[in-house]
Formats: sequence, C-alpha cells, structure tokens
Amino acid sequence: MITLKINGQQKNWDGDPDLPLLWFLRDEAGLTGTKYGCGQALCGACTVIVDKQAVRACITSVSDVVGREVTTIEGLHPTGDHAVQKAWRQLNVPQCGFCQVGQIMQAAALLLENPKPSHDQIREAMAGNICRCGCYQRIENAVHLASTGV
Amino acid sequence: MNIITNPKKLRGFERYVKVDNVSRRSILKGLGLAGGFVLAAPVMSRPGLAAYKTGAGEMPHGTVVDPRVFVAIAPDGIVTIVAHRAEMGTGVRTSLPMIVAEEMEADWSRVRVQQAHGDEVKFGNQDTDGSRSTRHYLMPMRQIGASARTMLETAAANRWGVPATEVKAVNHEVVHSASGRRIGFGDLAADAAKQSVPSVEGLKLKDPKDFRYLGKGQISMVDLRDITVGTARYGADVRLPGMKYAVIARPPVTGGKVASFDGAAAMKVSGVEKVMEVKGWPWPSKFQPLGGVAVIARNTGAAIKGRDALKIVWDDGANGKYESVAYRAQLEEAARKPGLVVRKEGDVEAALKGADKVIVGEYYLPHLAHVAMEPPAAVADVKGDKAEIWGPVQSAGGTREDVAKTLGIPQENVTVNVTLLGGGFGRKSKCDFAIEAALLSKELGAPVKVQWTREDDVRNGFLHTVSVERIEAGLDKNGKVTAWRHRSVAPSIASTFAAGAVHQAPFELGMGLVDMPFEIANVQCENPEAAAHTRIGWFRSVSNIPRAFAVQSMVAELALATKRDPKDMLLELIGSPRIVKLDSVKDLWNYGEPYESYPIDTARLRKVVELVAEKGGWGRSVPKGHGLGIAAHRSFVSYIATIVEVAVDDKGKLTVPRVDTAIDCGTFVNPERIQSQIEGTAIMGLSLAKHGAITFKDGKVQQGNFDDFPVIRMDESPAVTNVYIVPPGPDTPPSGVGEPGVPPFAPALINAIFAATGKRIRALPIGKQLEA
Repeated sequence: MITLKINGQQKNWDGDPDLPLLWFLRDEAGLTGTKYGCGQALCGACTVIVDKQAVRACITSVSDVVGREVTTIEGLHPTGDHAVQKAWRQLNVPQCGFCQVGQIMQAAALLLENPKPSHDQIREAMAGNICRCGCYQRIENAVHLASTGV
Repeated sequence: MNIITNPKKLRGFERYVKVDNVSRRSILKGLGLAGGFVLAAPVMSRPGLAAYKTGAGEMPHGTVVDPRVFVAIAPDGIVTIVAHRAEMGTGVRTSLPMIVAEEMEADWSRVRVQQAHGDEVKFGNQDTDGSRSTRHYLMPMRQIGASARTMLETAAANRWGVPATEVKAVNHEVVHSASGRRIGFGDLAADAAKQSVPSVEGLKLKDPKDFRYLGKGQISMVDLRDITVGTARYGADVRLPGMKYAVIARPPVTGGKVASFDGAAAMKVSGVEKVMEVKGWPWPSKFQPLGGVAVIARNTGAAIKGRDALKIVWDDGANGKYESVAYRAQLEEAARKPGLVVRKEGDVEAALKGADKVIVGEYYLPHLAHVAMEPPAAVADVKGDKAEIWGPVQSAGGTREDVAKTLGIPQENVTVNVTLLGGGFGRKSKCDFAIEAALLSKELGAPVKVQWTREDDVRNGFLHTVSVERIEAGLDKNGKVTAWRHRSVAPSIASTFAAGAVHQAPFELGMGLVDMPFEIANVQCENPEAAAHTRIGWFRSVSNIPRAFAVQSMVAELALATKRDPKDMLLELIGSPRIVKLDSVKDLWNYGEPYESYPIDTARLRKVVELVAEKGGWGRSVPKGHGLGIAAHRSFVSYIATIVEVAVDDKGKLTVPRVDTAIDCGTFVNPERIQSQIEGTAIMGLSLAKHGAITFKDGKVQQGNFDDFPVIRMDESPAVTNVYIVPPGPDTPPSGVGEPGVPPFAPALINAIFAATGKRIRALPIGKQLEA
C-alpha cells in the first residue's frame, strides 16, 4: 500500500507502484484537471507541482512522490484565484484550453522560483509546455502580468 | 475597465482592434434543464432566411431558426442559449449565443450557454468545420434572438394592454416608456412562451449601431474560468460508474490487419482485465475504425502498459511499401507532365513558348499530423439497442449517424454528448474513436473510455495530404506575366471515401488552385493523378496550405526575376479591382457559398495587402540578417495578408521577431477571438514551415510524438504578432476565421528568409536547410 499526499489529502494506492502519477490522478483519484498530452514529458500538459517544483506527472511514478506534497490544479488555490489564474483570465489566454492547466502549473512553479522573471526567462521556462492552438504570446504576457501584480 | 495598467510592457498589444479586457463572470454552472424553462417547446424546424444568401441551407439539415429550440428563459430571468456547434478553441460556444443575446436584448451576465447534443433535425447542421459557424449562423442566430425578443415584447404589451409598437426590450427587460413601466424577462417568460413564433420575414433586426456585444470583443469565452481552474470537461475527462479504460493497438499500415496476436504477457500486467481483437474495416471506409487489439484495464496507465506487452503479427496489405522519398519523386514526375485540365483561359502553351523568360518553381509539402493537444478520446455506454457517447467531436450529427449505422440501431437511439474539444483542426471531424468506444462498450456490456496515445494520434490518424505544386510563369520583355501554368499533384481526401480516387475533388481544387485570382491572360491549372497510400483527411486550411505556399513563393520569385519589390509584384499580379470570373472552371467550389454573395473580389485582396504593408511597415529597414516577406491569400471566403520578419544568424538559426497580419472576414462578431485565432495561426504556420513532416517507410509512419514531430514552442514562437481586422462594409457578409490565417504564413516566412539570406526554400519543412 502506497500513501500519497495530494492537495493536502491522503490518498491510498494498492496497485502497481510504477503507475504514472498522471493516471493515478486522473483515473483513480478523479482529478481530471491534469491532462494527458504525450506520455513522454514532451508537452507539459500533465504538469503538477511536487513540493515546489514543476513535475511532469506522465513520467513520474506514484512511488516517486511518496512523502512529498503533490499539488494539482484542483489544489492550486482554494477559489481558483491564484495570480496566474487571474492573469490568464484577464488576458483571455486560452483557445481550446486543453494545455492551459499544465501551462498554469508551470507558470505558478516558475513564480515560486523566480517571482519577477524577464520575458526571456518566461520564454525559456515555459518552453516545455506545448500549446498547439498557439497562445504563446498571451501566455508570456499573462505570466508577466501575474509577476507584476494582477 | 482595462486592467492592463501598462500595455507597453506587454508584447503584441499594439493592435488595430483594441480589446478591453473587461473582467466579468464567466462561470458556467447550473445548466441542467431542471425547472422553469418555459420557452422550450417541441421541435419545429423552419428554414432560415437571410438577407444575403449563404451555403448554410445546402449543408445536411440546413439551419433551424426557432427560438423555442435555442432559447429558454427561467422565472428568475436566467436565459439559457443553446450552442449547437463544437468548441475547439475558436470561441464559437461563446460567439453564437452572444449573437442571440444581442438581438434579444439579453444581458450577457444573465445568460448561460448549454451545449447541444447531436441532433441535426432539431438544431440544424452541426458539422463544425470549414470555418463556417459565424458565416452560416450570424443571420439565423440574429433571427432567433429577434424572434425571442418579439415574443417577450408581445407578452409585455398584452399584459399592459398597449400596442406592441409602444414597448421595447432593453437589457433584459421590456419597457413601456410612455408610462414608465418595465418588466423583467423572467417575469415575462411564461407569457412569452405562449406567443406564436413570429415569421422570419416580418422580424425587425436591431440596427447595428445599437449593438452592445457584436463586433466589440469585450466578452470572454464562457469556458474561460473553467479552463483556468481545471473543471472544463474534455472528452477524456468524462467518468462513468463502472467505466473501463481501453487503448487499442491499431495496424501500423493503412489497410493492414491483425494476422495473429498473443495477449498472455499483457494479461499479466497489474490492472489489465482483458485483451481482445476489435473489428476493423477495409480501407477506404470513410471514418470507420482501423481495428486491432484492445487492452481493457482499470486505468489508462495499466492499459498502455498492457498494450506495450502485446505480441502482434500484422498483415500489412497493399500499402506496405509506401515510402516517402520514392513517393515524392513520383509526384514530381507527374507534375512535369500534362494532367487533367481544371481551368483554362487563353493558350498557356503558346504563351509560355513565346515568353521572353519562363520562371519555374516546384514546391513540395509533406504530410502533416494534426496533433491537437488532446489526443482523440471518447466514452461510450451501449445498453441493448441504445447508445450514449461522450466525446470531443467536431460533427455531433455525423457521429450520431455513424455510430447508429455501425451498431445497426436507429439514430434516435444514439445520444451524442459533445464535450469541449482540446483542439480539433479537422482531426475530430472523423469520429472513428467514438465508434471504437461504442463497439467496445457493446462487447463488454459496460461503459468504456477509449484513449488514443500521442503515438496513435500521429501514426493512425487522417493525415494532411502530401503535394508537389509546380508553377511555370511566362514573362514578356517588359516583365509582365503573360502565362501561368500550375500543376497540383496530391492524394485526395476523396481516397478516404472511395477506392481508386486519384484526382482531387472540386473542394480541394477550389482551395487556391482554380480560384487563383491574378490578372493574367493565359492561365491553365492541371491536376495530374496521385494515388493515396494512407488515410488522407482535412487538416486546418486543407489544400490552401500547399497552394498558397507555391503561388505566393512564385510571386516573390517573379519579383526577383523582374527586379521589383515583392509587394508591388503581388499587387500587380492581383491586378485591377474586379470580381474574378472563372467561367472555364467546371464545378467551381466556392467553400460551399453562392458566388453572388461571396465572389472573388480583388479589391478586398488588394486592401489587406495594402493594410498590412502600411501597419506592418513594409519596406522598413531591418538589422543585418533580418528580412521581410509578404504573402496574401483568399480562403474560406476571407482575405488575408501577412508580413513576417525573420532573423537568421550565421549558424542558420531562424527566429521570428515580428508578424503582422491583416484579415478581412466581412462582418465580424467577436474580434477578440479573431485576434486569438490569427495569433495562433502564426504559430501553426511556423510549426508546419519549420518542422512539420510525417514520413513513411515500409508503409509505416516514422514519427510518433513531439520529439520527432516537433511543433513550435514558446522559445521559438514569434516575439510579437499584430493583428489588423478590416472594418466591414455595411453589407459585407461574414466569412471564415478559423482557417484563413495558416496558408499565407509559410510563404511569407520563406520569402522573408530569402530576403534575409538569399536562400530560396521550395521544399518544406525548413528543417536543417538553413544550416547547409
């Protein structure tokens, strides 16, 4: 039996300890905010925050996060009003929206590490998150806006 | 209220259309039909009448203009408006209901949007592709709103005993200004529902000067908040009690099938419950599944791990030798010989022979995969002769029809619930993944979710065609183009529907080949044969991508040959402002629209070129290693022109400091979403130009994921994309937005690279060509 801490809550798992965290979150814990996009840490759609780091849940096994704090979009902010989320809404960032949870989690992790990133630092830090609709200009602006006060 | 305190700090905020980011509620909750929706009534379809004619009536099931189908008002005043088209990022789930709200004088903050299930008899055509939604539904949605408003006004007038002409709906209430009385929509709902639906012909539409929402761009997407908090529901997010999770190993070669398989090792994987062969259809079979071996498990991760452990022997069938290098040579050979003539004006042969100079350009574009961020996924629950589907489908009506046909049950027994689409780009017009879920659910007697992995998406989809476009242009001694021969060779989408289709269909020929708008005396377009060896499907912008690339590259090549500015050359070729006549084209396909409403108007094409040249600073001096390129194209009956600035360093590294695009999409509804679409098409255009190639060897796709089929990431994306929207003329009908942005991007980019480096790239993707 594995015990995980997700968004402050204990979750138990008695199945395959190698199961990617992504599928535990989505299919076993019902936390479907975290998305599957590639399964190989290439697109960032599954980004969650483990302790204070952005992590790709698709290549992280459940056993890897035992004893650590996992934060998903559902736990990012109690009312969904994290500065990043607010900035995203103010700039109408999304198109289809599918990658945006991963983008938001990546941006939130970036701001934990670097509260005032430059545009170039934003572009570098967000480069692991693919948006096929092409919302990058707004994502970049929204991260900047979140960092300078929404 | 504009929350951007210092727009200068944000990139790309210099815009033609200024957008106020008004913060407003966008929570979408409580949409259940429980209680109090009194405008809801039995289905009664009536044909839509429009002030301008569109092709909407020619689509399957046409349009339905009935407020009782689309609008419900609760006693508390909440107005629910049905969105019957699929949301894949264009904003249509917001824009169409907004049109209804505008006309009915509903207050947007008291509007809720409800997604229609698949039922084209009830809602009209739901096939969300071809950049058609606003173009086909602006007028029907206005009429629906005006009908609802008239019914509310009549109800109020009756209650007060005054003539209906004395009352007016204003912002969610009806007002009798003579007496100062007013009554809210909620209080009127029950009475309004008893009114007969007014005739479309007698409806009074609002004067556009009174519009509160249309054309303004201050309304955020209804799903915006849900997207940012993770509650927006896509296909794979649907969960049903007792649901099984499935992935399928599909034949790697189109037309292949399972010869034998061994599922013993897969069954040993923790969480795997069943391994089973699933039915496939012989190729071509429209959107029917490919078949293969399914692994059923308690979660998707276990199913994927189980699939990895399968041992399958495939029978590859007739396409086992498909190989991209050889196929390209075959297309090039075909392009160098005469082919089926699909447009002919003057005598191109004689004109080329008599030309002072002939410039030849042969352009190659490989297959592309859609790779929407959400790979296909669907949930099905089949019980007896009834089926319910949940999925990200572009065509809810088509899905219903195909699932019913496959299961052998009546369409009325199939419910298709449309989730949000995590990108569509044409891939999700094909409902094979929903059929797969239905077949598995029927077999297992339980709800099933089928999840495509990214590799499945890249290897088993419906690819963008592969093409060679060859253009020969003859110049006289004054540098005037007197002859234009364009041969386009590419496997057709028709090959996915019928075996042996070797010519492109009218809808493909009409995308930038036979509709070429230049004023040239001798023009001939030809379509040599090309046989398909994989499933070919619609990809955003479709054949316009290779055609615009070829035609607009050739414009720059002609400018070079005649020592002229590329923009001047482009304008000269477009020629005089006129309506282009295409009498020699049989079965001209004008995006399904009547030519009288949507002719090829060169004045509009000139206008976007001139606008983007002015706003984008054409001719401005740029640093060393930088270059500007321009391209223009008409597609989906919209006009668009793009200037790209590139920078190429001495190692051949390509960056894009700036993009400027002007679009004339006629009367528009939501400029904020138009802007986002155009920003996005610059990224998609850059992706396909820089990296995009799906190649085959031994009949199999050689790529599988974002490592070997890369798309543009933020660090490669244009630093700034500016969008300029041409204000519409008073009677200009709406035209497409979702797709027109893609085609001009690649040629503008390639022309800019030429300006920067002197290298002319004729085969995409760019890949390492600049490093050589």
